[in-house]
Amino acid sequence: MAEERTQTLRSLHPLAWWGWAIGIAIAVNGTTNPLLLTAMALAMVIVVLLRRSDSPWARSVRAYLLLAAFVIAMRVFFQILIGAPSGTTVLFALPQVPLPEWAAGIRLGGPVTAEALTATVYEALRLAVLLLAIGAANALANPRQALRSVPAALYEASVAVVVALSVAPQLIESAQRVRRARRLRGDTARGLAAVGPIALSILSDAIDRSLSLAEGMEARGFARTAGRPITGTLTVMLVSVLVATMGGFLLLSTDAGWLAGALLVAGVVGVGVGLRHAGARLSVTRYRPQPWRSTETLVVASGVMIAIIVLAVGGLDPPALSSQANALLQPTAFQPSTDPLAWPQLTGPMLVVLALVVAPLPLTRPQHRQIPEASRRELRTRSPRPHAELVRR
Amino acid sequence: MISFEQVSFRYLDAAGPTLDQVSFQIAEGDLCLVIGATGSGKSTLLRAINGLVPHFSGGTLSGRVLVNGRSTAENRPRELADVVGFVGQDPLRGFVTDTVEDEIAYGMEQLGIAPAAMRQRVEETLDLLGIADLRRRPLTELSGGQQQRVAIAAVLAARPSVLVLDEPTSALDPTAAADVLGAITTLIHEVGLTVVLAEHRLERVLHAADSVLWLPGDGRVVAGEPATVLSASDLRPPLAGLAELLQWPETPLSVRQARRRVLAEGLLPSDPPRPIPPVRSAALTATDIGVRYGDVIAVASVALALHTGEVTTLLGRNGSGKSSLLWALQGALSHTGSVSVAGVDPSELSATAARRLVTLVPQTAADLLYLPSVGAECDRADADADAASGTTAALLTELGVALDPDRDPRDLSEGQRLALVLAIQLSAEPRVLLLDEPTRGLDYRAKAELAAIIARLADGGMAVLISTHDVEFAATVSERSLIMAEGEIIIEGSTAQVLTSSVAYAPQLAKVFAPAAVLTVTEAEQVLR
Repeated sequence: MAEERTQTLRSLHPLAWWGWAIGIAIAVNGTTNPLLLTAMALAMVIVVLLRRSDSPWARSVRAYLLLAAFVIAMRVFFQILIGAPSGTTVLFALPQVPLPEWAAGIRLGGPVTAEALTATVYEALRLAVLLLAIGAANALANPRQALRSVPAALYEASVAVVVALSVAPQLIESAQRVRRARRLRGDTARGLAAVGPIALSILSDAIDRSLSLAEGMEARGFARTAGRPITGTLTVMLVSVLVATMGGFLLLSTDAGWLAGALLVAGVVGVGVGLRHAGARLSVTRYRPQPWRSTETLVVASGVMIAIIVLAVGGLDPPALSSQANALLQPTAFQPSTDPLAWPQLTGPMLVVLALVVAPLPLTRPQHRQIPEASRRELRTRSPRPHAELVRR
Repeated sequence: MISFEQVSFRYLDAAGPTLDQVSFQIAEGDLCLVIGATGSGKSTLLRAINGLVPHFSGGTLSGRVLVNGRSTAENRPRELADVVGFVGQDPLRGFVTDTVEDEIAYGMEQLGIAPAAMRQRVEETLDLLGIADLRRRPLTELSGGQQQRVAIAAVLAARPSVLVLDEPTSALDPTAAADVLGAITTLIHEVGLTVVLAEHRLERVLHAADSVLWLPGDGRVVAGEPATVLSASDLRPPLAGLAELLQWPETPLSVRQARRRVLAEGLLPSDPPRPIPPVRSAALTATDIGVRYGDVIAVASVALALHTGEVTTLLGRNGSGKSSLLWALQGALSHTGSVSVAGVDPSELSATAARRLVTLVPQTAADLLYLPSVGAECDRADADADAASGTTAALLTELGVALDPDRDPRDLSEGQRLALVLAIQLSAEPRVLLLDEPTRGLDYRAKAELAAIIARLADGGMAVLISTHDVEFAATVSERSLIMAEGEIIIEGSTAQVLTSSVAYAPQLAKVFAPAAVLTVTEAEQVLR
């Protein structure tokens, strides 16, 4: 019973959600199959809707859906307007605008072919699903929780990000408050004339707030040091980053695979040691750190598997395979042909991918905050809430 | 526990020292109350205890401040975090994390307390302040009293031996304030904490104080027993006013003390004579006003009338819909139902036309000010109101506040700023004046001045509605009172009736003289002569 309870209360480690989403994002690069992409998008949205918390950041998925739709619409629009034609199936033709000599190679208007349009939609869909994967991670993982998992040496930086995250909504709130207050004064200046005074008020408000926050943090012991002086950490870090960069450069530009790999590994290890050493300077501990359990590993593993299946199966060379293997895996289905046009197909490996996208569902439990009815009523209404509309014209 | 030895402090660009050769001691386990007018240096003194002054504020400090044997000269505030817990005026602004539980753990994380011990202390602290059911709530959704308790819990979890609170109840309704102060006294008695607390509304805390520090405003600090220091000070909470009136040698600190003395002396007054209020014409009538935010109903079908020449106060706990009602009456907030001022609904007019009928001074009055000088603000107000040049400046003088036109509004005191905003709003010659929490941050003198201003405006025929948590102020200033709860007006009547019929909202003198409805020192003077 106790185990059951902690299971429901505990949310998944934020980095696990990011691992899953990054796996999907990488996989998306290996396919243009619209059926697979759309199904993956749907599966992700279902996971988000069933597993998000009811905190503010969890509502961001709508914004990402809109952004994805916008990306598709823009790509199609520009393809119709100025895209290069390919294929022969002309759907309709726009009047072509003759362009001067120096603009050679650019076409404005003209015939629109089904082949070019389909290819564009496939491409756009890929980008849209990629955006959606990031959106899903954002909606599922509390950004503050994710920042709490950074190494201690980056502690100050992560605190700065957390503070910055809270500043944006505060700025909006004070902007609305000042705007409302100025209306009370009968000052209805609009446009540029209104920007100066409003910005001044908001800025002074923001500075006041940051000062009180800084004061609060100082008074509560932020940045207390353990008293151990750090010597040589900076040198270790700089040398390690240099070594890692050289390794990366060699790996990409030459055939010296062994040396490059060794340098890269040495550099990364050096950075890790440096971060750890620098972190020891602070005596900060974590309250209820998110544990990494088998569930987290399984969720990340599903993301990794998605990427591996799509990239590996899609990358197979059909002529080199036996006919049975071809029939089973159908590697070509991951990149359906658009010239000549062919119906995309949903194959066996794709169904496995989809199953892996929804794999977090049976592994985790829904997380909804339970607010007792009594305290819900005490919701604070100190001043008219920002989302109450103003009726003034 | 805390000792100040010959401490002087001067801000960088200040003309004189804020603290001048100050020496005093605060014993362990004491509740020490810091009193003084606005700008007398209360906040500076509090911040000097954990070293925020001068480490964070700048300025020069001489002398020695010792807390638990540690000097603030050698220890930065962060190093004293395990000894002194500090809660600022607006707890929401000092919050670092976003949920209650994380906020309570934050201080301990900085101190490097082991996770297991931290877990235990969070639970203990949640129970100690009675906020266990709020643990997962976002901080911004809490009511003012809840936020204040979370802020106290957050510093207590680090187990400091001293708790410093800067006006912890200034934004709270009487019940929430009593709640927070109750929690603080429990901590003193059960945990043995030393508490240093600044407060304007002395009547709320005086009875629990062991010692008092009075800052007369000239850099001195007078320390001593509450009764003696209070008699010497120029601050007059109602009970001190009563003691002065009856020429008692010692100021009673609690209603109980005062009542015993009154009974012992056989002073049993009858109700003070109250003139039957003249029949007045309605300046504003509102019917069926409703305001909702999403699925939260802030105001639920309220009907009310404000009369010319009458001052009405609106009481009620935090979040009961007072502010929303005021904004709706002004017409600046979308609402259902209708408001009528001289036959016109202000919400159907433009902002400029509406403020000629009804004007509102919001809770954060400073939001209305954005120009670099008082003079520029006045000129702008004249232009906005189509008034003759100099109108606003003349109004300001009429309100009894002389301000140098070259001063920056941001440097004004709370009371001066309120007067400036009031003058700006009155320049449009409205029929109805709405004031939202005007007494927040005002000391006794500033409150008395505000009460006089309001009385003058009402005599001039203006209808005034004031939303406030300050029952003593309501008793002084208003004829009629309304109490709101859950978006509805639950009681309406003469101030004497409304305030004496409720325990939470009864002014101190009403409790002393119950069952007689004596609300203020002035009324006590009338009936006891």
